[in-house]
Parts: sequence; structure tokens; C-alpha cells
Amino acid sequence: MNPFTYARPGGAGEAVEAVTADPGACFLAGGTNLVDHLKLGVASPTALVDVRGAVDDTIEESPDGGVRIGAGVTNSDLAAHPVIRRSYPVLSSALLAGASGQLRNMATTGGNLLQRTRCVYFQDVTTPCNKREPGSGCSALEGHGRDNAVLGTSEQCVATHPSDMAVGLLVLDAVVVVLGPSGERRVPLADLHRLPGAEPERDTVLERGELITAVELPAPLAEGRGAYRKVRDRASYAFALVSVAALVHVRGDRITEARIALGGVAHAPWRARRTEAALEGRPLTEAGLRVAAEAELARARPGKDNAFKVPLAVNTCTAVLRDLTGVGS
Amino acid sequence: MIGTEGSGAVGAPMERIEGRAKVTGTAPYAYEHDFPDPLHVHPVLSTVPRGRVRSVDVSAAQGLTGVRATLTAPDVAGTVGAEDREFAVLQDGEVFFRGQIVAAVVADTPEIARQAATLVRVDYEVDDHEVELPPARRELYRPEEVNTGAEADTARGDADAVLADSTVRIDRTYRTPREYNNPMEPHCSIAVWETDPERLVLYDSTQGVHVVRRTLAEVLGLDAERIRVISPHVGGGFGSKGSPHAHNVLVVLAARALPGRAVKLALTRRQMFSLVGYRPNTIQRIRIGAEEDGRIGALVHDVVETSSLAKEYAEQSGVCSRMMYTARARRTTHRLAALDVPIPFWMRAPGEAPGMFALETAMDELAYACGLDPIELRLRNEPGRDPESGLPWSGRHLARCLRQGAERFGWDTRPELPRGHRDGDWWVGTGVASAVYPRLTLPGSEAEIVLERDGSHTVSIGAADIGTGTWTALTQIAADALGCGPDRVRLRIGDSRLPTASVAGGSSGISSWGSAVVAAARAFRDAHGDRPAPGARSRAETPENPEREEYAMYSFGSQFAEVRVNADTGEVRVPRILGVFSAGRIINPRTARSQLTGGMVMGLSMALHEEGVVDPRFGHVVNGDLAGYHVAANADVGRVEAEWLDEVDPHVNALGAAGVGEIGIVGTAAAIANAAFHATGVRVRDLPLTPDRFLG
Repeated sequence: MNPFTYARPGGAGEAVEAVTADPGACFLAGGTNLVDHLKLGVASPTALVDVRGAVDDTIEESPDGGVRIGAGVTNSDLAAHPVIRRSYPVLSSALLAGASGQLRNMATTGGNLLQRTRCVYFQDVTTPCNKREPGSGCSALEGHGRDNAVLGTSEQCVATHPSDMAVGLLVLDAVVVVLGPSGERRVPLADLHRLPGAEPERDTVLERGELITAVELPAPLAEGRGAYRKVRDRASYAFALVSVAALVHVRGDRITEARIALGGVAHAPWRARRTEAALEGRPLTEAGLRVAAEAELARARPGKDNAFKVPLAVNTCTAVLRDLTGVGS
Repeated sequence: MIGTEGSGAVGAPMERIEGRAKVTGTAPYAYEHDFPDPLHVHPVLSTVPRGRVRSVDVSAAQGLTGVRATLTAPDVAGTVGAEDREFAVLQDGEVFFRGQIVAAVVADTPEIARQAATLVRVDYEVDDHEVELPPARRELYRPEEVNTGAEADTARGDADAVLADSTVRIDRTYRTPREYNNPMEPHCSIAVWETDPERLVLYDSTQGVHVVRRTLAEVLGLDAERIRVISPHVGGGFGSKGSPHAHNVLVVLAARALPGRAVKLALTRRQMFSLVGYRPNTIQRIRIGAEEDGRIGALVHDVVETSSLAKEYAEQSGVCSRMMYTARARRTTHRLAALDVPIPFWMRAPGEAPGMFALETAMDELAYACGLDPIELRLRNEPGRDPESGLPWSGRHLARCLRQGAERFGWDTRPELPRGHRDGDWWVGTGVASAVYPRLTLPGSEAEIVLERDGSHTVSIGAADIGTGTWTALTQIAADALGCGPDRVRLRIGDSRLPTASVAGGSSGISSWGSAVVAAARAFRDAHGDRPAPGARSRAETPENPEREEYAMYSFGSQFAEVRVNADTGEVRVPRILGVFSAGRIINPRTARSQLTGGMVMGLSMALHEEGVVDPRFGHVVNGDLAGYHVAANADVGRVEAEWLDEVDPHVNALGAAGVGEIGIVGTAAAIANAAFHATGVRVRDLPLTPDRFLG
């Protein structure tokens, strides 16, 4: 760990200014990921700008029936909030599937979205990693690949995004409110995280100095049924091999609206638009659900260790949809 | 025999004597002993698996404020014995594995030491390396002996001929990965070196203060009397603290460079993956030839496993097949690959844990091949005498363990065929396996008893409590042996100034130390009569037991598991495991149950999760932390029950008792894998049982 300065600005604008002005500075929120990186040498900022206290940590219902979640709201508080539990249970479930109670007490909404991959090579400074050190090579491509991505990968990076919360937020059509040096902007969550391409060092579309201040959710899907299912190597306290967030609206024997997102399969939380399209308006059958799930995974390009993620994602997605729609029961 | 006299302390579920101190945070662990202005040492580890250090540049590290010393091979070469490569820390530039200590920094704070360590630049001459099993370019070899000193190979009868003539044959290969002890308390030491005369005091997290003292005396060329090792409380070891390791030498080198100052070392979790041992990965081929009625004619267990080129370690994975079941022809072999990897070492039930996974899975496969219930198969192959030595058993109660377990578990309600029970989205199955562990007593322990003025007895022995319950169990044994209440016993352990004690290993503590305490109490009563005067004092050693030559002494057990496997996702859940054990007299049911269920949970963890993943390109374990190296979380552990037979072994020692630290892990993984097969029809022969193995 290198020496660094530490500041606690009083407001979000001040925090943005501080980070913008200092190329060695970075934001600190719950610290559940960054502090590890400081110890491991993955990150070596010379200044930490602590935004707890600078960003909103409340949850407000908005006039349009949605909610505005301050970026400083902890994962624990968000999961337990009565409005979230009542109107957005898929988000509560996703949050509670992540990390541990202690970590959720520290981790914030903004920080959760910006946490970095747990790829073992990214976290080990003695091995090459394009994300940590652009141009050094990707150790994961031919290395330990059990946790690697299968969708949207590049020759430069096969890392996955580790967040459960983000997968839940994705089916809620969340919008991220960002404050930057030139003011505030809104970024749909679906556009926040990048695929690795040739620049795997860039996880998101955020520019230097930009700070997430809130996450906005539109009004919940009327009569929608949602679920978050996470499959992992142990029953708790592990990152997803595959996770599925699903929100469906069923009328009669048809799905009229489906929103499905996958975790553990890509560099970003992954909206399964092809599955959604294959479901909407079609009669409900178990075979149809599976075909729809397969539609998204048809583009998967697994490596030597993670081919299982393809059938696992198809099976999990099918099972979640089966449970939500009651097909086959 | 103890337990029939005295206060009846033995057999009572006495609470841990040190429990309150531990839960209130006042029991000092190795790192926590207070010193004014201690220094801190942080090692620099090699980033290549094989080669030589050409040069080390410490200038940037030395430039950091707060750095007090740097240690490199040129500085300290020749100061410690180099014969044992594990302890030849910084004696030359040879690199035998990735993660070896190649330099170190001593600083005012642990943070500065750690930062400075990242500034040390090491230049290597790199050689080719080989880290995978089986090796592509290296010959396997037969070790002189395996861990415990047993022969590497045994053969009786013509196993190949009997196999060829058998009507039912099993020929399967099982694999277990590298597994890591991961005690909650990392390996920590504080060293203080005094000059004129030279003296070393070491606060250490160890399973044996005298082992550490003896080893360091040899390595340092220092009279053992000049070394004191102190270790009152230890936060788990599971074998990895059964010997000093390279970090102990390093902290001493640092202290010697800064005499008079206390130097502290706490390994990081990642450093533990290359410095303090691990269970080597194994490839085990098992061949069984049997008749249709399940009677085994031939049993062959061939083991190939990892060792380190730096220092040999031969896990005795095949020894269980020498005595578990009857067979008129039998062969066991151990072959090692000396690889460019960290040095493997003891991990809870070395040998039996991986070996019984292989043998007990093979037995399950044989049961299906013969159309027999797996319990019935085992009962049909019970040997009347130890097949290896020909000796009678001091008490072989495997059949009772199996029958009692079957009854408690509800074994007879299981469907006969696999994939026969589905509950919603889950396939449900049950499995069984046997457990075994030798009843060891180590020589060389001594206890002393002194009557104090207040009427209490001070009982001293340099034993270790690594979370097992030694503090409490030895107090109970002493109370009964002295005929007083446990409150009249003041136990002293964990200090090399106390009478010598053997290592807390091989589940031998209760027998080795307990026998010494009983012998000392007898000596005390003989010497001082019914009315001893304050200051009365007696010492005695663990007595030799001539019955060791007359009986084969083993503990046994049965392990039962219920497993659910999700039909969609392959997720494996273990809602319940039950173990029934035969381990002689149980000194303290509370601490014994904790050890047995703890071992079973570790076996569950071995079954479902644990795997050190080696990247052959870099040579190291890439998931070397507790996020990547999974151990069972609370949510993985369902109902865990351990019970034992009401039993006294009249031959094993004066207590009739055997230790229970290890047998709980033996067989659990096989029981779970067998249950997973029963649930799904999918046989997994390579641990761990991750969800992808069961995806349809």
C-alpha cells in the first residue's frame, strides 16, 4: 500500500472538483473493493476522496411512481427498504444474494456499480492483465477460466462484472445520475458498463472525475412478477457463475412483457434482449422458454474452462421463467 | 484405569477453561503479545517458479522512512544451516518455487514494511519449470518411506492374478486437488534476539513449542537451552503449524539483525499459500477384484502425488488400503513427482483424508457392481485381524459404527437405485463411507506436578491447544489422576520451558500428553502419599506401551450424508451428515463433539469446494485467498451430527482414549460423493463436486 492523502469533501460538487484536479486521486465510498486493491497494489492512488457524506444516502419516492436512490445508500439499507421490498423485490433479492452482511453494510449503491472484476489475474499484480496494465496481455484467456465471460468477450479481456445488484437494476430499467466537471447527466444503466473490446481498462462510459450521485428507477411494471436466481460454487459468499434477473408480465397463456438480465456471463450485466423478444407474445410452453433462453446464449464463445456456463445459463433462465409463469407445474 | 477413580472429571462435558478469555478477546495469540515499539518484517516472495536470484535492489525500499533493515541472501548467507531447503531462508539465490522468500524488509509499522517490500527489485535467472501432475518431463520416483515412516510400497499375494480371476472388477482413477489448511489465525511470530549471551525468545502460533525449539536450534546452530518458544493459544493449525516453516527462520533472521528489538511477522493469507504447507494433489488408481457376493479377493491402490523439489513430502494416501478390508492379495504403491512447487505438509488426516476418498468411492462403485447395499458390502469384508500386521485389533468397531449410523440416519428407506428420488427441482440421494484413523501415541512427552501452598496442583507440560480443547481435557485427566476436582488443577502448557511435549499432530495429543499426566500423577501419589506437603513435586514421561506390539490400534467411523442436487443448475446441497465414531473413551464430550463435527464440516468443504488451482504457466495457485479458495460457508452446512460408541480401549493407554482431531474429516467427502451419485447417477471421481459436474 502506498501513502495517500485522504479528504472528506462536504458535497458532491466539491468531490468531483477534487478528483478532477488531481490525476492521482480517486473516489472512495464503502471501500469494500478499493481497499483490497490498495493492499494488493492493484490500485495506487495518491489521494482518496471519500464521498460518504458528500452524496445522498436516502431513498425518495418520485412523483412518477418511481424511486430515486442516493448513491450513498448502503446495499443493506437498500435491500431492506420497504418501498424496494414491496415494489422492486427483484432488486432486494439481487442485493441479498451478494457478498456478506458485513460487506453489504459498507458497500454503497454507486460503489457497487463501479466495483471491478474479481478475475484472479486482475487482482494479482505479478501476472499480466490488460485491464490492470493495458497492453500487458490477458492471462485469463489461456489460464484459470472458470469464472470467465462467455458473451461479449474480446481477445484482450474475458473478465466478468461481479455485481448482483446491477443485474437486478438492469431489468428495472434503472438510470444512473452522474455528476461531472461539466455538470449532471443521466446514463441508462444498460449503457453504463462497456464491453472490453480493445480497451478493457475502461469498465464504464464514465469519464475521469464523474461521480454517480443517484440511481433512478421508473415506476414498477404493473402486475409484473420478478425473481433473481444466482448460481454459485457455494451456497453463500461467492460470485455468480451465472445469475438471472427476470421480470415478466403474463396475460392468459402469453408473456406480454419480459425483461431478463444475466450476471456472471459478461464484462457487463447483460440484458438478454433476444430471449425477451423470443418470449413476448408467444404461447407459454417449457420448450418455448428454453428456446428463448438459448436464443441469447447462441452467441456465447466460452473458453476451455467455462463451457458449462452456456447450459447453466440456459437451464437457470428456463427454470426462473418456469417458476415465474407456472409453466410445466 | 483413569475415570474409575477421582472426581469423575473425565467424561464430563466441561466447558473450555480458556473459553471466556477467548470470547472476551483477552487470550493472547502469538501476534498479540505486547512489546514497546516492536518492528515488523514483511517478506518478498519470488515471482518465478524456478531459477536463481541474480541481484536484489533494495535501494528504493531503504529510502523509505521507517525502514530499519533489509534482508537479502548476500547479507545473511551462511548464518543458518542450509541442508533443509525449507529452512535455508536467504542462504543462496536458488529459487525452488514461486512464492519462496527471496528478501525481506523490517520497518517501524507493518504498512511501511509491506510497502517497502513492493519496492524491492529482484532480478532472476529463470529456468524451465514443471508444476503439474502427472509431470510431462519428470520421472516419478518411489520415496524411501511415506509420512509416518511407513513403507512406500507393500505387496502380498499375486494381486494381478487374483484381479484377472475375479468375476467383478473395479478399475477407477480418483483425483484430489491441492488443499490448504487455512487456519483462521494466520501464521504469526514475534522474535526477540538477545546478545551476550545469545538468546532467542519466540512467540509463535504453533502446534508444538518443543518442535519449534528443536528445529530452530538445529537450523541456527544454537543450543536449545538458549531458545524459548511460547504459544499459549493457537487459532487453528490443522497440521500446518505442526512444524516451523520458512517464515519462522525469517523472523529470527530479522530479530538477529536488530538485537534487543521485538520483531513481529504475520503472514498474509496469500503468503500462506506458498509458505506453510498444503495437502498435495493426488491421482489414485484403485483396482478391486471381488466375487459376485462382494467378497474382495484383490485390492490394489496406486498413488501418484505431488512433492516439492525443495523438500520431499510423501502423503501416505494408500496406507488405508493396507488395513481397511479383507483381501487375500493386495498391493499399494506411492510415487512422487518432485515439482517446482511449494513444500506440501500435513493437513488434517494426511493420507487418510485423500486415500479414503478414493477407497470409499471405489467401495461404493463395487457395491453397485455387485448389486449389494454399500453397508452390507463393507460388513462382508471385515477382517478379523489387521491384514497388514496380522495382529488382533485393540478394538475394531467399524461394523457397529455402520449399523448404529444406518439406524440413526434412516438408511433403510433409501431407494436401491440411483436417480430414484426427486423432490421438486432437486434430486435427492444418500451415501455412506467408512472412516479410519490410527490410535497414535508419540514418545517423548513429560509432565510435572507440583503441590502449591493453596492446595492446588500445578500440572506442567509443553503441550499445545490449537482450538482442540487441550487446556480443558488435560485438566480433567489430571483431576481424576490426582483424585481432586478440576478446580484444584492449574494447567500450564504452550511454553518450551515446561517439560517436553510431543507435537499436536496425528490426533496423538490426548494419548501422548494424557498418559504423561497420568504417569506423573501416579508418581506423585506414590512418592508423596495421601498427605503431600506443599512443594511436593513429581515428573514422569509417557510410558512405553508393550501392547503396541500386540495389537493393531485404530479408530473407526461411519459417515452418512444426504445430498440434494438441483436438476437445473447442478448446485449441490448437503442438508445433513451424520458420523458415528469409535475412538475409545471420550474425555470431554463437548470438545470432542466440536472436533468431530469440525472435521466433518472440513470434509464437506473438501467434497464441495476446496481446490487450489495451479496455473502451469506461472507456477502458482491463482486463487490463493479466501475469496477464490472456497471453504464451506455457514449456508453450506446443514445438520451435522456426531456420536460415538460407549467404548474404552483397554490396550491403547492408561486412559483407554484416542484423539478425535482427525477422524471426522475422513470419509466425509466419499459419503457426500456417493450420495451425489445416488441422487443423480453421476459419478464424480475428481474433487470437488462443483455444480458443472452435474449439469445434464
